[in-house]
Amino acid sequence: MTNLTDLTIAEARDGLAAKRFTARELTAAHVAAVEAVRPLNAFITETPELALAQAESSDARLLRGEARPLEGLPLAIKDLFCTKEVLTTAASHILDGFKPPYESTVTQNLWDAGAVMLGKLNLDEFAMGSSTTTSFYGPTESPWRRDGDNRALVPGGSSGGSAAAVAARAALGATGTDTGGSIRQPASFVGIVGLKPTYGRCSRWGTIAFASSLDQAGPMTRSVRDAAIMLKAMAGHDPKDSTSAPQAVPDFEAALSGDIRGLKIGIPKEYRVDGMKREIEALWQRGIDWIKDAGAEPVEISLPMTKYALATYYIIAPAEASSNLARYDGVRFGLRVPGKTLDEMYELTRAEGFGAEVQRRILIGTYVLSAGYYDAYYLKAQRVRTLIARDFAEAYKQVECILTPTTPSTAFAIGEKSDDPIAMYLNDVFTVPVNLAGLPGISVPAGLGEDGLPLGLQVIGRAFDEATILRVAGVIERAAGFTARPQFLAGRS
Amino acid sequence: MALDKATVAHIATLARIKLPETEQGRIAGELSHILTWIEQLSEVNTDGVEPMTSVVAMTMPMREDVVTDGNRVDDILANAPERANGFFVVPKVVE
Amino acid sequence: MSLIEGRTGEWEVVIGLEVHAQIISNAKLFSGAATAFGAEPNTQVSPVDAGFPGMLPVINRRCVEQAVKTGLGLAARINLHSVFDRKNYFYADLPQGYQISQYLTPVVGKGSIILDMPDGSAREIGITRLHLEQDAGKSLHDQQATSTYVDLNRSGVGLMEIVSEPDMRTAEEAGAYLRKLRSILRYLGTCDGNMEEGSMRCDVNVSVRKPGAPLGTRCEIKNVNSVRFVMLAIDYEARRQVEVLEDGGEIRQETRLFDSGRGTTRPMRSKENAHDYRYFPDPDLLPLILDPAWVEGIKRTLPELPDAKKSRFVRDYGLSVEDAGVLVAEQESADYFEAVARGRDAKLAANWVMGDLFGALNRLGRRIEDSPVSAAGLGEMIDLIADGTLSGRLAKDVFAGMVETGASPAAIVEERGLRQVTDTGEIETAIDAVLAANGDKVAEYRSGKDKLFGFFVGQVMKATQGKANPATLNEILRNKLAG
Ligand SMILES: [Mg+2]
Ligand SMILES: [Zn+2]
Repeated sequence: MTNLTDLTIAEARDGLAAKRFTARELTAAHVAAVEAVRPLNAFITETPELALAQAESSDARLLRGEARPLEGLPLAIKDLFCTKEVLTTAASHILDGFKPPYESTVTQNLWDAGAVMLGKLNLDEFAMGSSTTTSFYGPTESPWRRDGDNRALVPGGSSGGSAAAVAARAALGATGTDTGGSIRQPASFVGIVGLKPTYGRCSRWGTIAFASSLDQAGPMTRSVRDAAIMLKAMAGHDPKDSTSAPQAVPDFEAALSGDIRGLKIGIPKEYRVDGMKREIEALWQRGIDWIKDAGAEPVEISLPMTKYALATYYIIAPAEASSNLARYDGVRFGLRVPGKTLDEMYELTRAEGFGAEVQRRILIGTYVLSAGYYDAYYLKAQRVRTLIARDFAEAYKQVECILTPTTPSTAFAIGEKSDDPIAMYLNDVFTVPVNLAGLPGISVPAGLGEDGLPLGLQVIGRAFDEATILRVAGVIERAAGFTARPQFLAGRS
Repeated sequence: MALDKATVAHIATLARIKLPETEQGRIAGELSHILTWIEQLSEVNTDGVEPMTSVVAMTMPMREDVVTDGNRVDDILANAPERANGFFVVPKVVE
Repeated sequence: MSLIEGRTGEWEVVIGLEVHAQIISNAKLFSGAATAFGAEPNTQVSPVDAGFPGMLPVINRRCVEQAVKTGLGLAARINLHSVFDRKNYFYADLPQGYQISQYLTPVVGKGSIILDMPDGSAREIGITRLHLEQDAGKSLHDQQATSTYVDLNRSGVGLMEIVSEPDMRTAEEAGAYLRKLRSILRYLGTCDGNMEEGSMRCDVNVSVRKPGAPLGTRCEIKNVNSVRFVMLAIDYEARRQVEVLEDGGEIRQETRLFDSGRGTTRPMRSKENAHDYRYFPDPDLLPLILDPAWVEGIKRTLPELPDAKKSRFVRDYGLSVEDAGVLVAEQESADYFEAVARGRDAKLAANWVMGDLFGALNRLGRRIEDSPVSAAGLGEMIDLIADGTLSGRLAKDVFAGMVETGASPAAIVEERGLRQVTDTGEIETAIDAVLAANGDKVAEYRSGKDKLFGFFVGQVMKATQGKANPATLNEILRNKLAG
């Protein structure tokens, strides 16, 4: 029998259908893999009993010929999705012991499609970060190492636990969330596929909010096809989320025709940022060549507001976060540090419950919304945001999607960028504009940097046109033939 | 913009985060650094540009006036750090 | 305009009211939990109302409709585009750490309310705006010595905040405003106006100034829960401010509480240093866009409101403006009156409703909806007066019987034999007997002591147990005495 943890979602699905193995066997292999990757600290909570129980009922359904789209497929869940009666932490001390009495729509959709839950994955606290080092539960390590350097690397973030678990073969796929790049950047860092859908494609109900106007859930998988399969199950209109789009969910897998002939693909000149690394530029050029070879037409476009996207993001996201995180006050759930007065209880609880980066963003967000500063910061940022969205709208008059690098560099070592928040923020320079404009974007592994670490290319689409970016990503995936594996693999150690 | 310690203390109070006085200077420095970087936005001419209110073009859905939730005190109180007689309990508030 | 007489001259009081009116709806503004009053603590709470992680608001169409309806009832501008904002502050009964409200763009803009003052004058009070927002939960401070208890049943209930212009000048005007607003809300069916249960709460803004001077610094008295208290609070607060100013002091803009036991106001003790709400549009919601046709549809369902009804009562029933005003104050009394008056002597109907009926209800402590005398019953009784079965005097007895037993007037007339005697023979016999028994008085009368006529009427009435038709009695008696 092949190594069950090495399969893609599509292969595992077909294997179950062909009865080459059972859901229980598949899940047991992954439960073992979850244990094997403990040194990476990718999981906050493991749920092996739940997984095996779900697998058994999947086997029963498979036997009855009632298999659903993800029947018996073991996945792992970023610990930002509320899971009923299962500890949900957002990687924060402030949610100590919190067991939600409800299940997020996205995870419910997965379970309704037959998927099996292996556990809850580590992340940057409240998804604020690009390294998964700000977690109260400690940093997650990437399964990768630089050539000739054994220092522990970050898996990216905030969905770093998801990235590490999928790359290390502890789960067939994982959910992530992406507010400024938190799916695509870690996917790029560990050599997997990460898709941030259009804002409104996946329900935000039951997912712990970071920045409501930017947050979007998406799949992280080892192939483009898997991302298509998983997205189909996660997505859909949800009447419980006022910003959920009443859009039909197409069969994304069926859209993977491999045919991109005649497609006009934008190459934004402003993404050639000052001091861009040669390897990034080379990778991007290879991407352009691949799509050209496949019959698509690269078109140079201009997104003039690109350079202002990060500053815009670092006003809007903290502002929304400062308000979204006000509910963590020690009254109804989570941590409480006693105080003599209500205000003292609030202040002590929130000082102890939130880590440094979260506190920093709450303070920034509070400041930019405060009397006298609102217009200069928040309102200004929302105006620039309109211009950023307008840039994309203009570009889409000429092209159907856009190709860019996902990140300006390969993964860095844990602790390498922690003293300068802005240096850390710059990780998101290519991903943030997509969130600000509410568009879909996918990162697909495209090669290795000079240090032997993975690098991804990003395809950005029109709103609700995930099908096209999946199709283009599929072509790049095939052309890139990315077969490199991390040094740390669940099935190998 | 350079923030002083007093402003940082005020923001921290607004946000209900206890900041030891010894930390205020360091935080003021960090926040000032970020705010100065953010202020590059002032270069952008946004005259006549509407601030974005919603990223997807759709109208707000409305639900019907039907009771669909409630009568689950146990669920609501289960995670509370302190509760009594069906209430959440907090330190005494004086109005 | 009445002014306060101070040591340094006259002072004008400037009053504006912010009324929080709880919307009549089954479910909350942004969640599916119920809104009913008086439930066990935390039983009407969804995870949305408790501000649980990941919970999101979805707006209740009915609440929007109620706000629009109220706006139309206040002759106000309906904003087809409005926005929900977050008002950020920390409080134990504010689970999300913010209240979803409307700040810069409320759903309803400027409107007005006409007040009818006791002296017969009318005052127009401007409405600045009406916006939709969530209610907070309830903190109970007296359950336990060292703790406050929090009940979130009210958290998320839909409120209309109705803000007036600072157009009122006396406590009486403020009282009239509140009563009129409550009347309109009840007519519309958008708020039950019950101040004791907190479904209508009032924040009072009071300032004083020398007549003609610019507006003074105002104090806001929070959450006053009866019309009477609002008036008392204004009187106290205005005098307090005049005293402070006349003593050379300054008024600090602050929030105060009304102490109903003492009839005074005092500053709130809770910390208010951090009064920065950091409003911004709620990113969990989209702008509220209303279809003009939908608004038109709501307009068509509006009931006749008090002012229009009053004019009609004056015009169609010939009532005085004052009487019409009394009858239309509550929709129920107006409806009751109309049911009685239709096809009958309207003034007589109005007298019975406002006099005997209101008196009886007052005595019984009942609302007109639970009146022991139905409008149909009172109408029948008036018919019995009209057809001569009852005299006005007998009618009083019949009405008392109706209040007591709830029986129909015809049944009471029958049972108690209260039918008026109109048979001239029977009356004549009674008169003859009275005259025969009082020969001396007859002589006195005939010698010019006219006043004795009443005595004879009384005697005859007594003899007929009050049932003699007064007109017939008078006529025959006068003839006999003359003869
Ligand atoms: Mg107010
Ligand atoms: Zn209010």
